[in-house]
Amino acid sequence: MITDKVKVREIIAKRVALELHDGDIVNLGIGIPTLVGNYLPQGVHIFLQSENGVLGMGGAPKLGHENKDMNNAGGMPAAFLPGAAAFDSATSFGLIRGGHVAATVLGALQVDEKGHLANWMIPGKLIPGMGGAMDLVTGAKKVIVSMTHLQKDGSAKIIPECTLPLTSIRKIDLIVTEAAVIEVTDNGLLLKELGPDTTLEEVIQATSAKLTLSDDLKPMPIQMS
Amino acid sequence: MIDKLLKREDFAEKIFDGAVLMIGGFLGDGTPELLIDEIVKAGKKNLTVIANDTAFPGKGIGKLISAGLVKKAIVSHIGTNPETQKMMIDSTMEVELVPQGTLAEKVRAGGFGLGGILTPTGLGTVVEDDKQRCVVDGKEYLIEPAIKADIALLKAKKADELGNLTYNLTAQNFNPLMAFAAQMTVVEVEELVPRGGISPNDVRTPHAVIDYIVKGDCQ
Repeated sequence: MITDKVKVREIIAKRVALELHDGDIVNLGIGIPTLVGNYLPQGVHIFLQSENGVLGMGGAPKLGHENKDMNNAGGMPAAFLPGAAAFDSATSFGLIRGGHVAATVLGALQVDEKGHLANWMIPGKLIPGMGGAMDLVTGAKKVIVSMTHLQKDGSAKIIPECTLPLTSIRKIDLIVTEAAVIEVTDNGLLLKELGPDTTLEEVIQATSAKLTLSDDLKPMPIQMS
Repeated sequence: MIDKLLKREDFAEKIFDGAVLMIGGFLGDGTPELLIDEIVKAGKKNLTVIANDTAFPGKGIGKLISAGLVKKAIVSHIGTNPETQKMMIDSTMEVELVPQGTLAEKVRAGGFGLGGILTPTGLGTVVEDDKQRCVVDGKEYLIEPAIKADIALLKAKKADELGNLTYNLTAQNFNPLMAFAAQMTVVEVEELVPRGGISPNDVRTPHAVIDYIVKGDCQ
């Protein structure tokens, strides 16, 4: 398994980027998901939707071109692309909850065998709040979890059953880590791809949930820089 | 004609200790910063704040939190404000976390004369605690009651003298929803124009729901 932090982020973002289609409306969470926009395949252009009320958000603006009222959902200055639309929070979540967002990519604290996701609090310790995550996971057409395969302390994130408060009872669709691509199916978690320099044994070792192996298990189709 | 213009220094007397406030903004963007400064200066306390988030320490609603003026916060996200998280864990401030889309709709329902909304968000999670479910067309939903406030504090780009409002880009967020959902509304604006100075097509919030206008700094 790759452990270099920069490479780990690159692998995950590059692999998630392959899940997106030209013209998709996509919501990217803070952290690794934000990087996905940097690795879209040639010819794939997406519309980024942001909870704070934008469709058509670009990347960071050039220095000196920041506008105090043009921000991303992390509160950082953002550029708007030509054709962008700005709207209020009810409209923003109308897009999200109403099933008008093709895919949401977000991080996780835990994911389990049922495809349930926990990503918004560790009781008594860390309480960021759910923000828009509960609506996104409930309403987006496709939910992609992008995260490091293991917790910082080396324990498993992909576990038999979430012990932290759930984000939604809606099953997520896909888990992408630096070590694996795992699809959530009606029969549990299906291991489909292995990350660069990663063995099957390593993935099984680093995953406490039960994995089913795909008949077509293969390496991630990405090129590393 | 009622004069809605309010001097900045006269604003704080409209706020009472224990008031339930709705405050516009998303991580401080679209938050009436001057109005918040006046509340801090006047030391109004035991406030309940309904807002998207508590911004950052020293910014927007974060100033009210730092000053210890908030008894309860009803918000969707506190991840950018470690002070709020600490107060929640230490139980020195009550924090009710609400999914962002649900919060927006609870506010909208409160202002639009509805009793609440039905949403799939939160089903089967801790958000469902103490709430009712209902089934419509075979699908389950949570019943989320409407929410209202004593006073809504808004930020707009521009107002005319009547109180018709326009907003700027991501500073819009909860402001147009909260404008309907309080007994009294005060809007801080960057620009004030005469009656007729905003095209009817561009008015985002009609003047009927605006009580007071405070002219802020032009930015």
